[in-house]
Amino acid sequence: MSVTRAEKPKKTGPHPVDYAKAAINADLTTKQKLGFLADMLRIRRFEQASLKLYQQGKMGGFLHLYIGQESVAVGTIALMGEHDHVITAYRDHGHALGVGMSMNECMAELFGKATGCSKGKGGSMHFFAPDKNFWGGHGIVAGQTPLGLGIAYALKYQGLKGCCLTFLGDGAVNQGVYHESLNLASLWDIPVIYIIENNQYSMGTSQARSSAIKGCLAERAEGYNIDWDTVNGEDLYEVRAKTWEAMQRAHEKCRPTLLEIDTYRYYGHSVADANAKKYRSPEEIEFYKQNHDPITLWEKRLREEGILDDAGLKTIDDAAKKEAATAVQFAEDSPFPELEDIYSDIYYEVDLGTEAGQTGRHFFND
Amino acid sequence: MPVITYRQALNDALAEELERDEKVIVMGEEVAEYNGAYKITEGLWKRFGDKRVVDTPISEAGFIGLGVGAAMMGLRPVMELMFWSFAYVAYDQIINNAGCVRYMSGGLINCPLVIRGPSNGGTNVGATHSHTPENFLANTPGLKVVCPATPADAKGLMKAAIRDNDPVCFMENTLLYGEQGEVPEGDYVIPIGVADLKREGTDVSLIAHGRAVLTALAAAHRLHEEFNISAEVVDLRSIRPLDEETILASVRKTHRAVLVDENKPFCGVSAQIASLIQERAFDDLDAPVQRVCSLDAPAIYSPPLEALQLPTADRIIQKVLAIS
Ligand SMILES: Cc1ncc(C[n+]2csc(CCOP(=O)(O)OP(=O)(O)O)c2C)c(N)n1
Ligand SMILES: [Mg+2]
Repeated sequence: MSVTRAEKPKKTGPHPVDYAKAAINADLTTKQKLGFLADMLRIRRFEQASLKLYQQGKMGGFLHLYIGQESVAVGTIALMGEHDHVITAYRDHGHALGVGMSMNECMAELFGKATGCSKGKGGSMHFFAPDKNFWGGHGIVAGQTPLGLGIAYALKYQGLKGCCLTFLGDGAVNQGVYHESLNLASLWDIPVIYIIENNQYSMGTSQARSSAIKGCLAERAEGYNIDWDTVNGEDLYEVRAKTWEAMQRAHEKCRPTLLEIDTYRYYGHSVADANAKKYRSPEEIEFYKQNHDPITLWEKRLREEGILDDAGLKTIDDAAKKEAATAVQFAEDSPFPELEDIYSDIYYEVDLGTEAGQTGRHFFND
Repeated sequence: MPVITYRQALNDALAEELERDEKVIVMGEEVAEYNGAYKITEGLWKRFGDKRVVDTPISEAGFIGLGVGAAMMGLRPVMELMFWSFAYVAYDQIINNAGCVRYMSGGLINCPLVIRGPSNGGTNVGATHSHTPENFLANTPGLKVVCPATPADAKGLMKAAIRDNDPVCFMENTLLYGEQGEVPEGDYVIPIGVADLKREGTDVSLIAHGRAVLTALAAAHRLHEEFNISAEVVDLRSIRPLDEETILASVRKTHRAVLVDENKPFCGVSAQIASLIQERAFDDLDAPVQRVCSLDAPAIYSPPLEALQLPTADRIIQKVLAIS
């Protein structure tokens, strides 16, 4: 089976599947469904606030916005159990909030403040929360793909029933290390799930100009004897249903899966992407916003199910906006790291003052 | 002489070499249709077309290796790394293949390859994007390494790098791309391996490469204004081959050396220079050689902190005063 982007709208195809009826979705409570809406809106409001402050010069470096892709992080991560883990690339705000990181620590990190999740050391691309099974936030394209493999390897080694959701972009699939990881995952039966967030572009390069494929990116899994599927990312029910299938394969059979989730980013590659509207038309962006926005579509779905009205939506959205505004204030009020903080968090042994940390010279300033 | 930016100087050099020699090709991520992530290749695709200016997927190991192979066949590929930090993905190709093929073949095969891109901290992009690997690369006999600080040097050295028959690692700096300077017109080529006195002085030699040269010049200006100290600024321009004689001549004149280096201190470029000075100019020194490097930690994101992590004019001045 292969589905190319051009044929994409499966819901209007000859045999539309209603993923709301899938087992993993059938028993969802109203509260859970509204929770997904809240989670997606929280990501969007957080990022909209961060964009504004980036433009005011409150942050440095890059800011890669996830806006448009929220259903992917929320749909997949909400399925995680105690021994399920997640790792992603630099477009990491959605995954971070998805696993339950607070807006405060994330916003403070963007500001480079000591109260940030990485104490102001990592920045936008490098959020981490191992206590929430979130292993980052990685700046080098595809650099996280073998790490996800290793995390899953460690789960299996310890006899834990879990998996590692390992996210990458449609441009990252052409890095050698990803292919090496796929081979190892299949060869050694590793419970890793590779999730390609196919937003059609890697910076200014369309998928067609970067990847040689027959049908779709996920189909490359055939060559490694890995199960794969494509997913319509704007449908939260479908994202959940197909990810859950992969997670069960990982949990029960210790086998990897490769999922390709179709999605779309509204903003430039990063906020600094000056060509954001040159390699694709403004009409294309507008078309996706109007017809494929995952939040709008979920909202519509919940209205159809009779569990959301205008007032309910407003309550949820207001809360997300307020949380984002509070996070901005928190970040503003927080201190920057001190100069000597540059030298902590480099060596465990030095930080903890162990014997090893006190043996030999570790730093070379005078 | 026309005043142009460092970016424009590189762009001119690439365009002139593409025009001059059909064997020259430009390749990398976003270099063609997008005009370059940092606009160094702006207009080249439009002017020279698909065959000469080529967009690649995000496959550094693959396309840098391709560049090595094509260079072995006699093409003159100029490969862009969006950041030199991404060279780490392609290290095997750069070190084992580009760096060793001539030696391993007993001189039967050449590798006239240029790998270029920015290599710097100071832009708050975090540790993974802020590496300055000129010291690692210069540690590989077989590779050449150049780090131009000014628009004129960028142009002259780029043209020399493309014409060179050995692999040249050409290290730019995103913070220099917008800097302006006079650049001679015409076929301006600067030989690789020749340092440049960016400022003459008598009391102390500030020895630097890349953007650290500008920091050293700012410090030299203030040393003169505020402390009446005459600092000479030596710009290495090329790390390997290294112009040892210009360094030694300066130290023999001033008797004091402060080395300014955006590398980390451990085995950084300045460590090599310090070793050279103590071996060959020991008796000329009136004080121990001093170094001002990046603070020895991964690049911190936090913007006000990262500004202090790189060498600053203040830190240079303190070092100079300490030995004056
Ligand atoms: C090894 C490496 N090469 C290049 C880059 C620069 N870069 C960062 S993101 C990116 C595009 C990646 O696109 P994709 O994988 O589709 O992810 P998306 O940005 O769409 O989420 C590039 C070229 C990098 N960070 N690392
Ligand atoms: Mg993409």
